Amino acid sequence: MSRYIATRGIRGANRIVKEAEDLFEKALAEHGPDTKVAFPNTGYYLPVILGITGTEVERLGDLKPVLEHARSLLHPVPEDRLWTPYLGEALDCGIATLLAEEVIMGIRFIYGEQPERLPGFRLAGGTFTSPDEAEEGGVEGRLNGPIDDIQLRSWGIQLVDGRMPGFAAIIGAAKSNEVAVKIVRELQMRNILVFLCGNVNGRSIIHQLTEEGVELGYDTYTVPFGTDTISAIYAAGFATRAALTFGGKKGGQTREIFLYNKFRVFAFGLALGEVDDLKYATAGGVISYGFPVIADTVIPEILPTGVTQYEHVISMPFDDIEGKDDLERATRLVQRCIEVRGVKVKIAEIPIPIPYGSAFEGERVKRADMRIEFGGKYSRAFEYLRMRDLDEVEDGKIEIVGPGFEDVEEGGYMDLGIVVEVAGRKMQEDFEPVLERQIHYFINGASGVQHIGQRDIAWIRVSKSAAEKGLTLRHFGDILYARFHSDFEAIVDKVQVTIYTDPEKMKEWLEVARAAYDVRNKRLVEMTDESVDAFYSCTLCQSFAPNHVCVVSPERLGLCGAYNWLDCKASHQINPTGPNQPVPKGEPLDSDKGYWQGPIDFVYEHSNHTVEKVSMYSIMEDPMTACGCFECIAMVIPEANGIMVVSREDPSMTPAGMTFSTLAGMAGGGLQTPGVMGVGKYYLASKKFIRPDGGFKRVVWMSSFLKESMAEELKAVAEREGDPDLIDRIADERNVTTVEELVAWLEEHDHPALKMPPIL
Amino acid sequence: MTGNRTIDPAVAEMLQRAEEMGISTAFDRAEEMKPCPIGSAGACCKNCSMGPCRLVGKHDRGICGATRETIAARNFARMVASGASAHSDHGRDMALTLLAAAEGEAPDYEIRDVKKLLEVAQFLGVETENRETMEIAKETAEVALAQIGQQKGELLYLQRAPKKRQEIWRKAGVAPRGIDREVVELMHRTHVGTDQWYESILMAALRNALSDGWGGSMLATDITDILFGSPVPLTANVNMGALKEDEVNIVVHGHEPVLSEMILLAVRDPEMIEYAKSKGAKGINLTGICCTANETLMRQGVPTIGNFLSQELAMMTGAIELMIVDIQCIMQALAPLADQFHTKLVTTSPKAHIEGATHVEFDEHRALEMAKEIVKMGIDNFPNRQDTHIPKEINHLVAGFSHEYINYALGGFYRGSFRPLNDAVIQGRLRGVAGVVGCNNPRRCQDASHEYIVREMIKNDVLVAMTGCGAIAAAKYGLLSPEAARYAGPGLREICETVGIPPVLHVGSCVDNARILTTLSQMATEGGLGEDIADLPGVGFAPEWMSEKAISIGSYCAGSGVYTIMGSESPVANSPIVDHFLSEGWEERVGGKLEFIADPEEAVEKALEHIDKKREALGLEEYDPSRFGRSGDRRMEEWLALLEKGEPVSLYREPRLK
Repeated sequence: MSRYIATRGIRGANRIVKEAEDLFEKALAEHGPDTKVAFPNTGYYLPVILGITGTEVERLGDLKPVLEHARSLLHPVPEDRLWTPYLGEALDCGIATLLAEEVIMGIRFIYGEQPERLPGFRLAGGTFTSPDEAEEGGVEGRLNGPIDDIQLRSWGIQLVDGRMPGFAAIIGAAKSNEVAVKIVRELQMRNILVFLCGNVNGRSIIHQLTEEGVELGYDTYTVPFGTDTISAIYAAGFATRAALTFGGKKGGQTREIFLYNKFRVFAFGLALGEVDDLKYATAGGVISYGFPVIADTVIPEILPTGVTQYEHVISMPFDDIEGKDDLERATRLVQRCIEVRGVKVKIAEIPIPIPYGSAFEGERVKRADMRIEFGGKYSRAFEYLRMRDLDEVEDGKIEIVGPGFEDVEEGGYMDLGIVVEVAGRKMQEDFEPVLERQIHYFINGASGVQHIGQRDIAWIRVSKSAAEKGLTLRHFGDILYARFHSDFEAIVDKVQVTIYTDPEKMKEWLEVARAAYDVRNKRLVEMTDESVDAFYSCTLCQSFAPNHVCVVSPERLGLCGAYNWLDCKASHQINPTGPNQPVPKGEPLDSDKGYWQGPIDFVYEHSNHTVEKVSMYSIMEDPMTACGCFECIAMVIPEANGIMVVSREDPSMTPAGMTFSTLAGMAGGGLQTPGVMGVGKYYLASKKFIRPDGGFKRVVWMSSFLKESMAEELKAVAEREGDPDLIDRIADERNVTTVEELVAWLEEHDHPALKMPPIL
Repeated sequence: MTGNRTIDPAVAEMLQRAEEMGISTAFDRAEEMKPCPIGSAGACCKNCSMGPCRLVGKHDRGICGATRETIAARNFARMVASGASAHSDHGRDMALTLLAAAEGEAPDYEIRDVKKLLEVAQFLGVETENRETMEIAKETAEVALAQIGQQKGELLYLQRAPKKRQEIWRKAGVAPRGIDREVVELMHRTHVGTDQWYESILMAALRNALSDGWGGSMLATDITDILFGSPVPLTANVNMGALKEDEVNIVVHGHEPVLSEMILLAVRDPEMIEYAKSKGAKGINLTGICCTANETLMRQGVPTIGNFLSQELAMMTGAIELMIVDIQCIMQALAPLADQFHTKLVTTSPKAHIEGATHVEFDEHRALEMAKEIVKMGIDNFPNRQDTHIPKEINHLVAGFSHEYINYALGGFYRGSFRPLNDAVIQGRLRGVAGVVGCNNPRRCQDASHEYIVREMIKNDVLVAMTGCGAIAAAKYGLLSPEAARYAGPGLREICETVGIPPVLHVGSCVDNARILTTLSQMATEGGLGEDIADLPGVGFAPEWMSEKAISIGSYCAGSGVYTIMGSESPVANSPIVDHFLSEGWEERVGGKLEFIADPEEAVEKALEHIDKKREALGLEEYDPSRFGRSGDRRMEEWLALLEKGEPVSLYREPRLK
């Protein structure tokens, strides 16, 4: 602290706690103590309050002890002379501020004032499969508000695998709109998640970015929380839940939650424009999480370290930053932020005329903004990667076979084939699909380019602005060349890219590609757990969930869906000391239930001796643990003598009486809970899916999303199980949301689970 | 003749008055009576009636054949035993008070710090789950008393030291088995014809000293915190200007807070205040001297009017109605001096009577009632007040730095730790840490060495912790106020501004030096600064020591791994071998050493050299103050000043003063 900051922070804390108390009294009088208080789509109640105090706030009345605790953390402002120490006191006031802010937000939800209204604003969607659909839907006129658990989890894997190095909470407004855009672009280019909130004299960076047409939303890694300082609480809520979800911490383990964030979550606060009392007070809370705060104005600096890993508060008066113009200064400001937090950023230099980074992966190109599309409704696009011998590949060769899109009319379409040929001494055929799937991420990283799908259902759109900046087909080659080299240097020595637009050639290569897809499909399908000597571990998430170990086998892919056995094998080749290690199966103890000595020993050793035994297949006996990144949660419903499977896309109530978000708390954090398991969705189609517990026939309820998105696979499973109508016998959230309804449904539909031996 | 006697203007002023009144003080007596050259070098042995033997000139053996080494070592050891017994007996009394309070026999006492009780109980292996506070308190007191009387094994508190330190003690055979036992054994060893090898005697002395620091003193501090609350920062006044012309001045003096806490309640009693008013006073003003003052200052903010050498001078103001004394460091000279003024001198401890003083023996069963009686005696004495002469001198300080608070200060309720302190040392913002403790001694200019060493330390970015009369000394010159950060080097100043602390931390009375041990242990275990107290870039000083307690303190600091510098000629100078053993011999065995360096400049030089040596051994960056000092409020203040002047300023630009 400094006395200046402590004075203002403590003053701000005293005021906001009073404000929260007043609002609480008002709400209590108007709505009564039993009124429900909740943030949408989270199983963590009011997460900051849960984390700090352990209180599970459900009703308005529950907020009273929280406010009392906040008040007990307050201190008077330091004297002008002969002051007593203020660092610990100001940090405590910061905690009081966060508690008060979350109380206020909880109450604002009661009044329908959250997420904040901003007329004309449109969020850049959630998960979507068709950009045209999302244009029609979407929430208009409201900012994002708190992040839901589903999004938190889907970012989890990116936060752990380094694709997303950290998050920045920006508060206030930049010196100008162009600086605001530049700062955000710089952060996006580094794949840093950006939270936006606050204002300076009524003007927020959210206004600035909206005016400049910057898309804000989950898909672009830029989340607009609200235009006041209080909405910064949602960033603290995100950080708190990271510790609860991935760190396996419990509410009330406050110090552990803070230290988890200090050491594992690379986040910082960036205060743009004047810093007022409430911002200082909030900063006091943020610093307790170990997050430093950087300001672009003159404020006192706090350079000694300890509560944070590096400096606590940095002031970089914007006009004093060296640089030829404001844009360059903005770049330097972001660079400094990254240094101060010690964020590790791996950035590949991509020689293209538009910004590039994972943050642009989720960007949408609306039809109206589209220059051209490849694939989709009106044309076809495919991508194919194959390995060749070293002398068959000319490294760096990028060839366009056929015309560019320059002559296609605006908003038009054309066919496209992307063929990537790689060679390397350590390259194996098994790696082809792993590498090929990266094309999606690589192409998507270009700002103004949208990539959906894979193989021969690829669908690429290029925006008008990207085309205006000079993007051509050749640049796809540049991107792929650069990224394959930088990301896979261990196995890829040479890369050559050929892009086909010539209709004849395109057709010819499409056939070659399809033949290859077919071979690959069969290869993975034909692999069984019995046919290999070793499984693979995945401890990628241990940076977040230190006690969790995934064991990935040919018939059970990683619970995040991102890693199957082949991927792990490739990853091990690429990085032999990395998170994917071969786990020799060793002595089979009970191969029906999936007990092998090798995985048991490995998991025990690598889970900090917390998971003593693990079965590869069972949900009832020593089920495999989960980090928090699972695609689905399977859970036993004893009344139905079966299990339900809820997908993370499904926010609705399940027959277990809990939503995905709430269940996730039980399934994640490396905890072994018989009857509950986090899984990858394709594990559902595996022959080994809960085999010792009765297999797929035990599934009595599943999210309709799964039924639809895996229709083909599930149909095959039903046939395999000898009951072609099985999927229709399974209930989903459209018709069943309680246990009673479920049991009735099963009887009505003659579900086989009812005739199976008791699951418990 | 006050020029080289003191640097305290209040004392100087009062010495002038003493001279005018023809009153002799310790300052005069020190000039009149030179120290005995034989005794001061540890050359005299009077442990039996064959002597006394003085081993000077050609005599290098006593009648029994004892060598210079044996005799010097025995004399030194007996100082340790006496000092350790004083602290440990103090600790015993605190434990007995806790026991009486827990058993309901001392109804005026309560458990003010339950959290600390639970912590201490845990250290002492007392079950705390599902038990009443008073039950826990009772057993805690019993275990504490059992520690004092323990005969075998090891003191439980040794486990609070870093693991490596504990191993060093065990290896060197100095892990104390009990508290009383070590004193008794050391007295036995030094009896005629017993232990007659200086190494053996001095290692036993070390074990006894450790039983003080990690035993008696630590228990005293902990139990005092339990009964009266762990200190937290507060502001207070220091020096004789805190005496009031128009109020009844009551002074507490000595070392124990048990009675003084009750006196404080009594003087705040509206009935007593009314009574004082009925006697023509505007109120009752409680102040303190020495460590009773430090105890009430740390917890209650009671002003301190002076340290050891100020006691006679304070009485000479003629403004003190009543001086209540308990134990240790109370000059007998006060009794005849009180006769020359209206001041009533009241002794209260059954073990500390003074001929000529009024003795009101303290009875904890009716503590508050007694306190009121004593205060009433003072009030009744107010009308007898004659001419007064109160120096105007007053300064301000922030005190109250328990190690618990320091932990809190560095991160708050949820993030408290020593990490920021360790980081500061590792990065070189702090060159190191120093404890400056101990007494006044009329053989040296009062406060001068304290003041000099403290200023030099903070100027060199060494964070200073102080206790006892040393702390009062530094407070008198403003070094304990947060504003004193301006005297600090750039790195230390940054730390002070970040945390809001003064560069010099008052951690308590002399028995509270145990807090320094705890703090050092926490630093050593926090990480990044080695594994042991001896690895830390730290030093200890007792620049103006005079009491035997200081020798015990110095020894247990050395025994805990600290380079400790005593500000005097060596009391074992008659045996260079013994002198060398206290330094190199101890360092070799336990990592810390005790040296006697009379010249404060030399002391500072050696201390900094030692700190740098330790930094280098830890592989830390070389101390370079030019790298630091950028943080803090200055820039903001400049910016605001420009704004106020109406100069054009921009939030986006550094202020530029014309």
